[in-house]
Amino acid sequence: MTTPPPRLLPNGDTAITVEFGRDISDESNRRVLALDRRLKQSPVAGIVETVPTYRSLLVHYDPETVGFGALSDQLVSLAQAPDDDATIAGRRWRIPVCYGGEHGIDLEDAARALNITPDALAARHAAGDYRVAMIGFTPGWSYLSGLDPALAMPRRQAPRLHTPAGTISVGGIQAGIQCLAGPSGWHLLGRTPVRTYQLHREPIFLLEPGDAISFAQIDAEEFADREDAASHGEIVADLLSA
Amino acid sequence: MTSLVIDSVGPATSVQDGGRHGAQRYGLPPSGAMDRLSLAAANVLVGNNAFAAAIELGPLGAKLSVRDGAVRLALTGAERPAAIDGAPLAFNESFTLTDGQILTVGVARGGVFSYLGIEGGVRGEPMFGSLAVNARAGLGSPYPRPFQAGDTIAVKCAARAVERRLDLPGQQDTPIRVVLGPQDDEFGDAVETLLSGAWTVSATSDRMGYRLDGPQISHLHGHNIVSDGTVDGSIQVPGSGQPIVLMPDRGTSGGYPKIATVISADLGRLAQRQPGRPFRFGAVSVEDAQGAYRAMARLIRSLPDRLRDAQHATIDLDALLTANVAGTAIDALTAE
Repeated sequence: MTTPPPRLLPNGDTAITVEFGRDISDESNRRVLALDRRLKQSPVAGIVETVPTYRSLLVHYDPETVGFGALSDQLVSLAQAPDDDATIAGRRWRIPVCYGGEHGIDLEDAARALNITPDALAARHAAGDYRVAMIGFTPGWSYLSGLDPALAMPRRQAPRLHTPAGTISVGGIQAGIQCLAGPSGWHLLGRTPVRTYQLHREPIFLLEPGDAISFAQIDAEEFADREDAASHGEIVADLLSA
Repeated sequence: MTSLVIDSVGPATSVQDGGRHGAQRYGLPPSGAMDRLSLAAANVLVGNNAFAAAIELGPLGAKLSVRDGAVRLALTGAERPAAIDGAPLAFNESFTLTDGQILTVGVARGGVFSYLGIEGGVRGEPMFGSLAVNARAGLGSPYPRPFQAGDTIAVKCAARAVERRLDLPGQQDTPIRVVLGPQDDEFGDAVETLLSGAWTVSATSDRMGYRLDGPQISHLHGHNIVSDGTVDGSIQVPGSGQPIVLMPDRGTSGGYPKIATVISADLGRLAQRQPGRPFRFGAVSVEDAQGAYRAMARLIRSLPDRLRDAQHATIDLDALLTANVAGTAIDALTAE
């Protein structure tokens, strides 16, 4: 099967965006992760690091080793190589979430907007089959694909300046796991005790782009227990397959 | 153990180095010095690797002293009054601070960030090969935050007392060069607004981003794109039409279109731009930008060959009295 070539876009003198699409699509993300994996398997001289996103791979490189033109040619040819795997085999994780109440202050409003009960919204969100499409913005902030389109909702008019660490939220057709406390314009449905980024823990970063994610509902008491365990460096997420 | 003590300090002063690479895919920005050439000069003057960790001084002042020994230091970057026990110090020249002496640095005048190189570097625990402070991610060493009064840094005791001087080529006040893209097609004719406008750095800028004041840049199709990766120097344009140049503590991805990217060789010059001083952008090709990158890399590699023995006798007393060193320094410290 032949695939359309990606667009190669310069980011100044030290990076190239390899763009597979302009919208959120599983197909574009699959091609991003496939190119990322190929570059890991057969490193190209001059590449410093890569940053996979929903629809593009950002390739940071050293212009003293390779120029824009030569690297672009190599990236196009690698991006169009036939796929060896139909899917990107990532790990599968089950992430515990406490929905609603103080842990998910937008659950009720979001359910009202969708014309379903808060319990139904929590159950449908938890039932989804998600994949980590990209990690970005702040350390460990994991953007998930796979949200039930019926649960999509526009971002809040005014972003909140402070949202808690571990927030599980929805913004547009994206779902997310936020690791650090910070600003967010998304709807806060719940919280997880899992830290996707934790210094002095092995591994420091729990999730990789391409990992599959499902959610398990827990109550506030269990949240408190697991939060305590997580604060002592435990992972508190279940690794279902490696 | 010899230590360098921060007796008092303004905001935005932190340990920075060549940056942290390999974890942007997990959302960890590279951080590192805002002005890499000045960082390299500070390090080379005290015999370190060009991108070793040094103290990046924010626009206000600081007071430092040394305990249990002597330490060799050098100041580079934005010029500002500096003195040891009231005796003025030259920039781009190493000096030794001994037990009981007080180093005072005042408010930056010719730029924003100055660099204090420390012989032997900063002792700390690197993460992803870097000690650079990123306060938001709680990263950096020996303190994962900007400095506060009372902080101490373990240092190497100064070796032989031979001070060095470094003559750097003067910088011209030419336009800040950019490469258009990656989303310049989201702007159409508004690309000309970026290139023809007179811009100033807003006072609300920081190590994450420099907000620019100037003409409004309009989008062709709205201001939302599906998030993709960013680099140091990305010029993103949010809904307000006011561009923001992303700096080393940036988010690693973003959802605003990026009209252009400031080239690596000119990013330090932009970082040193004081609020209110107008400048312009000029577009260059990727190839020209990479030529400038290589020239900058060659200059940094050549710094050790440019070292000369310092001649302390040449301090200009008139310039010194005009500088009003002590007065400015005290203002800086009370403004904290």
